[in-house]
Amino acid sequence: MRTTIRVGVSTCGLAAGAEAVCSAIETYLHRRQLPVTLQRTGCLGACHREPLVEVMVDGASTLYGPVTPERVTPILDQHFGAGGRGIAADWVVSRRPDKQDYPFLARQVQITTQLCGVIDPSSLDHYLAHSGYEAFRAALRLPPEAIVQIVTEARLRGRGGAGYPTGLKWEHTRQQPGTPKFIICNADEGDPGAFMDRTMIEGDPHRLLEGMLIAAHAIGATQGYIYVRAEYPLAVKALRRAITQAQEYGVIGRNILGSGLDFTLTIKEGAGAFVCGEETALIHSIEGARGMPRLRPPYPSAQGLWGYPTNINNVETYCSVPSIILNGPGWFAGLGTARSGGTKAFALTGAIANSGLVEVPIGMTLRELIVDIGGGCQSGRTFKAVQLGGPSGGCIPTDLLDTRIDYEDLHATGAIMGSGGMVVVDDTTCMVDFTRFFLTFTQDESCGKCLPCRVGTRKMLGFLTRITHGQADQTDLDRLLHLCETVRLGSLCGLGQTAPNPVLTTMRYFKDEYLAHIADKRCPAHVCPLDDGRTMAAASGSNGRVALGTKHTAAVPGPEERQV
Amino acid sequence: MITLTIDGKMMDVAPGTTVLEAALAHGIDIPRLCYHPELAPSGGCRLCLVEIEGRPTPQPSCGVRCAEHMVVHTQSDQLTRLRRDTIDLFVSDHPLRCVVCDKNGACDLQRYAYQYGIAETSYEFELSRSLYQEDNPFFVRDHQYCILCAKCVRVCDEVVGANAIDLVGRGFTSHVATPFDGPMVNSSCVFCGSCVQVCPTAALLPVSRLGKGREWELERTRTICGYCGVGCGIEYALKGGTILYAQGYREAPVNGEFLCVKGRFGWDFATHPDRLTQPLVRRALLEDKGQQTEDAEGSSALGPAADFVPVSWETALDLVATRLAAVVQAHGSDAVAGLASARCTNEENYLFQKLLRASLGTNNVDHCARLCHASSVTGLGMAFGSGAMTNPIRDIRDADCILITGSNTAESHPVISYEVVRAVKKGAHLIIIDPRRVPLVDHATLFLQPKPGTDGFIFLAMAHVILREGWADTAFIETRTEGFEAFAQSVEQYTPEVAALASGVPAEHIEQAARYYALGERANGALTSPVMRGRSTILYAMGITQRHNGTELVLTLSNLAMLCGHLGKPSTGVNPLRGQSNVQGACDMGALPNVLPGYQPVSDAAARYTVAQAWESADLPTTPGLTVVEMMHAAVARNVRAMYIMGENPMLSDPNITQVEVALRALDFLVVQDIFLSETAQLAHVVFPAASSLEKDGTFTNTERRVQLLAPVLPPPGAAHADWQILCALGEQLDAKFGHQRRTEDRGATAGRSARRWDYASTAAIMDEVARVTPIYGGIRHARLAGHGVVWPCTSADHPGTPILHTQTFTRGRGMFHAVAAQGPAEQPDAAFPLILTTGRILYHYHTGTMTRRSEGLTWRESRGYAEIHEQDAAAAGIRDGGPVLITSRRGQIRTQARVGQRVPPGTVFLSFHWKEAPANLLTQDFALDPLAKIPEYKVCAVRLERPRSGAHGKPLPLSGEKTA
Repeated sequence: MRTTIRVGVSTCGLAAGAEAVCSAIETYLHRRQLPVTLQRTGCLGACHREPLVEVMVDGASTLYGPVTPERVTPILDQHFGAGGRGIAADWVVSRRPDKQDYPFLARQVQITTQLCGVIDPSSLDHYLAHSGYEAFRAALRLPPEAIVQIVTEARLRGRGGAGYPTGLKWEHTRQQPGTPKFIICNADEGDPGAFMDRTMIEGDPHRLLEGMLIAAHAIGATQGYIYVRAEYPLAVKALRRAITQAQEYGVIGRNILGSGLDFTLTIKEGAGAFVCGEETALIHSIEGARGMPRLRPPYPSAQGLWGYPTNINNVETYCSVPSIILNGPGWFAGLGTARSGGTKAFALTGAIANSGLVEVPIGMTLRELIVDIGGGCQSGRTFKAVQLGGPSGGCIPTDLLDTRIDYEDLHATGAIMGSGGMVVVDDTTCMVDFTRFFLTFTQDESCGKCLPCRVGTRKMLGFLTRITHGQADQTDLDRLLHLCETVRLGSLCGLGQTAPNPVLTTMRYFKDEYLAHIADKRCPAHVCPLDDGRTMAAASGSNGRVALGTKHTAAVPGPEERQV
Repeated sequence: MITLTIDGKMMDVAPGTTVLEAALAHGIDIPRLCYHPELAPSGGCRLCLVEIEGRPTPQPSCGVRCAEHMVVHTQSDQLTRLRRDTIDLFVSDHPLRCVVCDKNGACDLQRYAYQYGIAETSYEFELSRSLYQEDNPFFVRDHQYCILCAKCVRVCDEVVGANAIDLVGRGFTSHVATPFDGPMVNSSCVFCGSCVQVCPTAALLPVSRLGKGREWELERTRTICGYCGVGCGIEYALKGGTILYAQGYREAPVNGEFLCVKGRFGWDFATHPDRLTQPLVRRALLEDKGQQTEDAEGSSALGPAADFVPVSWETALDLVATRLAAVVQAHGSDAVAGLASARCTNEENYLFQKLLRASLGTNNVDHCARLCHASSVTGLGMAFGSGAMTNPIRDIRDADCILITGSNTAESHPVISYEVVRAVKKGAHLIIIDPRRVPLVDHATLFLQPKPGTDGFIFLAMAHVILREGWADTAFIETRTEGFEAFAQSVEQYTPEVAALASGVPAEHIEQAARYYALGERANGALTSPVMRGRSTILYAMGITQRHNGTELVLTLSNLAMLCGHLGKPSTGVNPLRGQSNVQGACDMGALPNVLPGYQPVSDAAARYTVAQAWESADLPTTPGLTVVEMMHAAVARNVRAMYIMGENPMLSDPNITQVEVALRALDFLVVQDIFLSETAQLAHVVFPAASSLEKDGTFTNTERRVQLLAPVLPPPGAAHADWQILCALGEQLDAKFGHQRRTEDRGATAGRSARRWDYASTAAIMDEVARVTPIYGGIRHARLAGHGVVWPCTSADHPGTPILHTQTFTRGRGMFHAVAAQGPAEQPDAAFPLILTTGRILYHYHTGTMTRRSEGLTWRESRGYAEIHEQDAAAAGIRDGGPVLITSRRGQIRTQARVGQRVPPGTVFLSFHWKEAPANLLTQDFALDPLAKIPEYKVCAVRLERPRSGAHGKPLPLSGEKTA
């Protein structure tokens, strides 16, 4: 009898109490002297059912969640003891190894997250057992231009949000004269509510390393940096361990696998500045300077880190690459649309029933994702909008839920694909107040370099605060929109240029809510502390349910490829 | 060229030009607050946005490069709306208190608010910061007026390289700050004030102008800085005859807008109450008047300054002329010697040596160039034929590789270090070879730290490596040089390993340095040209020259440059950085014992004839005179009986000043002409009060050979006069005294002629005469010098000047390789004196401190001398950081304060020589002179360190205890 028990111990699992569950399982196994392997894995994505425990006996699999220490004995008794069958049935999430009986996972196509929750991320052997570094070995046999060609044909686009074709970006850097060249992974996930990078790194760090190695070979880079936020201690730890393992294994270092290639990889921890997700600010930060964006061109592909040609992609982009090499560009392109291949991961949060990390083929509609996978709003509430792309993104209302998840289609709504943050909003949320939250974030995170962003977002926040306090009139609203235009057109980098997006999209789809605050001095969602004293009780409580957090606590992705 | 259209105007611009630069060059003004032509574009103010056809959103014109067929619109309704809103937002965080603002009329934000009609903000006024910081005597920081253009931050980073300030905080609370918002003095600030210069508002203002006048009330005068040899142009702003502030100006050919702390803030010495305002004569001398000096032993028993009596110019001049004539009559012309001044103008130095040669009949004229760059003049003369910087200062920023050795550029020539920083920021290699960790090492890509006195091994080993690796420029060697074979043979023995053993520098670093230098490699890997080698330049200063083998070291550097063909092209060359405002000019003018103006040897009969004609002299002395140190030795030996010292202070600046004092006290007669009663002047019999460089016209020749025009900013104090006027008056008096004599001696053609040779209408007239007798100045006239000056050689009125020497041929024809052997220092450390002392300057003081120590701000920043000691040596001697230390050499002992750290390597002590209370030159040696250049080895002598027992104060200077500063 080969028996393995998997427990998800990523940040989300630990927050839900996975460590206590592990202890309870160990106690149980020890007491009974059972020859069972306890395997600590990453997150399967189903954060709403954490802590998750998967019991695998001779190829059969049962997934339980949420599991508490008290539930450990009844669950394990079903497999190893004489406990009454059926007691634990309510806690069963899936009974199939492929999880196809679990709708949350069944509709997903997992490429970058395929091993998250499956392998022990601290074990290189686990990764190797799942074709680990085979793509890199294959890539080493190809000339660099052939790799670029494959990535181009796969129609992989930058997953940081702007969707720049990855093959084209690599080609720019590859063709630059001069050495050395650098590659950088942007893991400075900063959007409120986003945790794609964190999940991927914590659950499967070698995939990122392998993607970067393939990119380094394609571009001719000899040095790499992973810029990861220091607020992700588990991810940093996972990366450090993975890099050490990769060095020992011989895929990082000198003369890699006898190919003559050299590559070193360094971790640089960010210091909590949202703007460092912007690529030029990120480069400044690695260089030891204050993280501030600079004018582009020159783009990093021509003059990046220390002035050398540099390729920057985000975590998900690199993590997509190994599968493209192994399965071919046609396979990857076929998953998506005519304009974009592959899949996109989203951190589904807010007033959604099934919160968690989901990976879906590009081209799926928002409705499929939110209703079929996400299970719609939490019980009893009405869906109002979904916010994509964090503070740079926008809100999409109910009647646009059939929009396909695709860079261009989402852009047409006024929102953006973004890096993957997806916050669902129900009818207890005031859209003006919701917008005000994003502006609070943006004006706080502005780097201060350009005036429209530094002062303009401050004044935008001022107008929004006046509206939510019932102190604004129509002139204020007009001036707010006027100012949005100045900030959008006038700002230096993507942070400022997109800062008005939350205002512009909510004004487009929820103008009546603004007008209610202004004309009627009324907050339709009963959230805002209007001046007439009709402060909605528990307003802050209901609003707080949307797990937005701050830059220091939230799981959040970098707007890596924002265009200036 | 790229053709584009801006506002309907077609224009051709060079590739790489930004849209803003193209527009400005064609008279199209675009509003801008964060742009500065010398700084990388920032794009932060967003006022310079323009519309470019084909681009969806407005683009910052400062950051967009022109492209073929680009169509740009700088004016539109959208842009006006955006700019109005931007200014509106600016003034929502900037008080419009213009009526009480010092910057009123010179504020860029005010200008655009006026232009766009923004009288007040339409937004809620909210001040992000109201901090007012007055933590230093140079400038105040008034944060309420800061608009975060970050020009101050960028100039500090990109030009100065100090990185003292940066933006701090996020969002609306972002502000400019020092680390942890501490006082400036605790940051890496070098107080150059470049931030003040570029600030577009009143956020940074010089303390000296606060509340004293608005821009339109000020008069402005531009002149050349009187401190180091860089020759910065400075504009002084005055109101009612008082200087309110000094600043750089964009058109200044050397420095543009940038200055160092001394230039920008160190001008207040000129109005210090210590200034000499009347001629002074020793009381005993007045009582003795008419007596022969031999009998006047008593007059040499010199006492304190109180013994001086102010007298009229007539009395003083008559006394001096009488006494000098008496010495000549009694002991011959060569019993008189004179020291000219590297801080006086060309015209004045010319007159000084003319006075010594023509009126007094001796070649005993020298000046402090002997003590700084005599070996450059000699060595570069032997190798190339011209003893000066081969290339212009502005070239440095475009070099691919810069080799600096024996130069603390950032402190001694700060504005040249700005050029170096700029080159490094663009990706150049910076190799520094220096026993001390000088500040520029922070920017170096390769730092070689040899034991003092062993750098010669490294240069030779670099040549060895270059030859071994085939990196030499054989075509250049073949067509342009001679003596290569002997040289190549001579470096065979100097392998990197040999040099490593001697110097302590790893052989690998020597090989790297050889490679970077020879090939002109860039640190960022980008080759400027794939086929040709890059441009490498050598900068050096007194670490090379003030050595007993200084000439040989200069020859070694010359060999390196010739070996790689790094000569005669832009951004290459061998460049001695000269230390005083007119040290180059003083040499050019012949204030040297062996040459007439323009380096014509005194032994050259033809040259002597031409000069004698112009000077209305029968003949001129033919044998070379005494050098500075030789004069002192001759005075002790009583061969020199009288000296005339103009604007020099050998009592602090010369080596082994105990001996200098003995020498000066041994003189029968000493005349000192200065702006303050210096330590040397205190020993004089007569003191002439002179005008400072702020109070006169004439010309300075800077280190790159650029002759530039001075303009008086202030009147001289009291009865002080410009040196040239004093010299003319004295010259007339001497001629009168000697006129009778000459007739009786029947000295030929000039006998009986009424001397008109001291009758000049102006300094311009003096320069006209200089041009007649000095071929390299042949085309230089004051009328030509306005603006950019002229770089010599300039042989005729239509000659454009020669910024780069040796482009086609060397001055001497072919460049001459010299086989040179490496040598260690003359005085080696031993058991009694186990450490090596090396001397130099610090940023805030200049030379013997006569000027800088009378500047309030400079003295505030650095008020006393100190010794840099390595922590190991300090620990061994029980010396703590900031505590007292006694330093003893075979010649003397001083007590000073210790600065313990790692700036010097173990076994080495550094002292600056500015401090009369702890004079470094009490310790330095004067016995080992360079055999050719006669320069003493200031840079190396043996000393020991002790922790003083209580009460030990070192050997006091004879006159210390007198109050100055």
